[in-house]
Amino acid sequence: MIRTPLRPLARILDARQRGENPDAIERENKRIRHEQMRDRSRQRAEGRLLVLGVFFFCAFSVVGARMGLLATSEAVEPRAHAPGAVISASRADIVDRNGNILATNFETHALYAQPRHMVDPAAAAKKLVGVFPDLDEELLLKDFTGKRKFLWIKKKISPEQMQAVHDIGDPGLLFAPRDMRLYPNGKLAAHVMGGASFGKEGVHAAEVIGVAGVEKYFDDYLRDPANGNKPLQLSLDLTVQAAAEQVLAGGMKLFNAKGATSVLMDVKTGEVVSVVSLPSFDPNDRPRPATKGDASDSPLFNRSVQGVYELGSAFKIFAATQAIELGLVNADTVIDTAGPMKVGGFRIGEFHGKNYGKLSVADIIVHSSNRGTGRLALQIGAARQQEFLKKLGFFEATPFEIVEAAGGKPLLPKRWTELSSVTISYGHGMSSSPMHLAAGYAMLANGGYQVKPTLIKQETPQLGPRLISANASADARRILRKVVTDGTASFAEVPGYQIAGKTGTADKPKPTGGYYKDKVIATFASFFPANDPKYVLIVTLDEAVETSGAKPRRTAGWTAVPVAAEMIRRIAPLLGLRPTVEPLEEAVVTLAGNN
Amino acid sequence: MRAVLYVLTSMAVIGLAFWAYRENYATQQALSEADKLHANIRGAYARLAVLKAEWAYQNRPERLRDLAVLNFDRLGLLPLQPDQFGAVDQVAYPPAPLLPITDPVDVSTMNAPDSQEDQL
Repeated sequence: MIRTPLRPLARILDARQRGENPDAIERENKRIRHEQMRDRSRQRAEGRLLVLGVFFFCAFSVVGARMGLLATSEAVEPRAHAPGAVISASRADIVDRNGNILATNFETHALYAQPRHMVDPAAAAKKLVGVFPDLDEELLLKDFTGKRKFLWIKKKISPEQMQAVHDIGDPGLLFAPRDMRLYPNGKLAAHVMGGASFGKEGVHAAEVIGVAGVEKYFDDYLRDPANGNKPLQLSLDLTVQAAAEQVLAGGMKLFNAKGATSVLMDVKTGEVVSVVSLPSFDPNDRPRPATKGDASDSPLFNRSVQGVYELGSAFKIFAATQAIELGLVNADTVIDTAGPMKVGGFRIGEFHGKNYGKLSVADIIVHSSNRGTGRLALQIGAARQQEFLKKLGFFEATPFEIVEAAGGKPLLPKRWTELSSVTISYGHGMSSSPMHLAAGYAMLANGGYQVKPTLIKQETPQLGPRLISANASADARRILRKVVTDGTASFAEVPGYQIAGKTGTADKPKPTGGYYKDKVIATFASFFPANDPKYVLIVTLDEAVETSGAKPRRTAGWTAVPVAAEMIRRIAPLLGLRPTVEPLEEAVVTLAGNN
Repeated sequence: MRAVLYVLTSMAVIGLAFWAYRENYATQQALSEADKLHANIRGAYARLAVLKAEWAYQNRPERLRDLAVLNFDRLGLLPLQPDQFGAVDQVAYPPAPLLPITDPVDVSTMNAPDSQEDQL
């Protein structure tokens, strides 16, 4: 480019001759040059802006296109990514305390149809009924030839059935992969397991959701893909559970009971090692809930946590222990249990109208005297009794980790009168579940610490606040041991395992009010070995009757106690408890001086 | 000089293109291999889950109990009883090893009665 001089000589000379100012030429040229410079730089800036604009446009187009692609395409796993922790899409397993599988998943298929693609709907319907006899051929044909574009035929089919359907060869019959929940042990621990079913269903997968029991309580944990390879470990012991179920089923049959339940709990950790409720069901094929009649007649009813009944004399030890703890009495204090005793205009009687006369506190429990515990309750007073029972957990549903547990709310008197206080001291007028009783007895057995029943395996003792002193707890253990050696639970003597416990026989309330004369709930609440308790066992039989004698016998001493004893004989060795010789009672040394 | 630079540059471009082409195919190969391995692992996990379920099903207490009853003649299995616990002092000590024989004595059997005949 030839640069134009600011003062071209020819024009300057020209201008001088004409007498004009040559500076004007210079200014004019400067102006033109500046304008040219301005135009050039504007052009350059515009070009740059254009390039930048194109660049941004491309960048945003790429981002937008990628987003659209991601949104509309099927999700795929990253191919080049090495899997670190195994992420499993399936529901986590449930295992017992030794790692035995209680619930796992099984790959299976669902069968669906797309009638539009069917070649011969009539033949397909006919052959399908041949494979699945429970299907209705007419209904199928109606669906296949109607307007429907899609229908599920079977939710779960076996590999053999799948092959049979495959052999029909109709392109309109298709399979969808399914994860199915499997309980390999069948009816074992059915009430704890609950069951599972399908939630949202798609062609490629279906959600498995827990519908009851621990499956529902821990649904979020079990469904979390991060926990796919971390099974949920329960405190149950498969072997002990199986033995307990067998013994309880035998006892239920032997004593013609309508139902039965047992709870075996570790006294220090609160772990429930076995919990049985009979009659039972198969969680693989969970029955439908009963829509009419008494809910407790359904096999789905979990007696151990939902069976809220008056538990009778098994409650007496709480009144006695509290009286000892408060220093009102000691185990040898003599109380007059002679009648008549009237509280709030209501006569308090003994079983079979007996009269025990003067009894020590220990003997009140051994002979199960209603008036004796009633008098202790009057000494304690309603307020302190309420507070004690509340701390023991008798005022609210147990924190046991199955969904049904929240439904087992104890029934309490509306007004806690003096009469309520007396009747509750011997287990009437207040209803609770066997699980509540297990927690209460565990407190007596472990030296006085509150424990909460749990279904999750614990590594260390879970002792809560101390509710009674070690001495009161030792007294309670001694008294309950005496019930077995000298009292109503003599059938509970199992050599080698010193069982301590208390029987309870409560009349069943009629739905219309009042009590049945010939229907009882027989309970035996126990722990063993008595000198150093490890486990609490509660056995409850519903409407049990022993008919070997002249008259039918319904008291727990004849029904629940032998069942519990047999159960302990079977399960104590399985729990690794070695039979021991009962240590002699320590000689009591009294300090005395001679001045 | 400039020509040499052009030749070198274009050769470098060709070289890099060849390298990228090979890397691309090697990557594809590795990815499809990884896919196959993942599929194998998934299959193995599925089989393992089935085997575990099968194992649990075959070992369910109900079936074991029935088997124990069926084979009672052969096995004689009964539930564990409290009296089956042993104490440590019921276990015999292993027998003391024999002392080494340091001065052997020669014994002749020349005039001894024939022990085999006696037995007959």
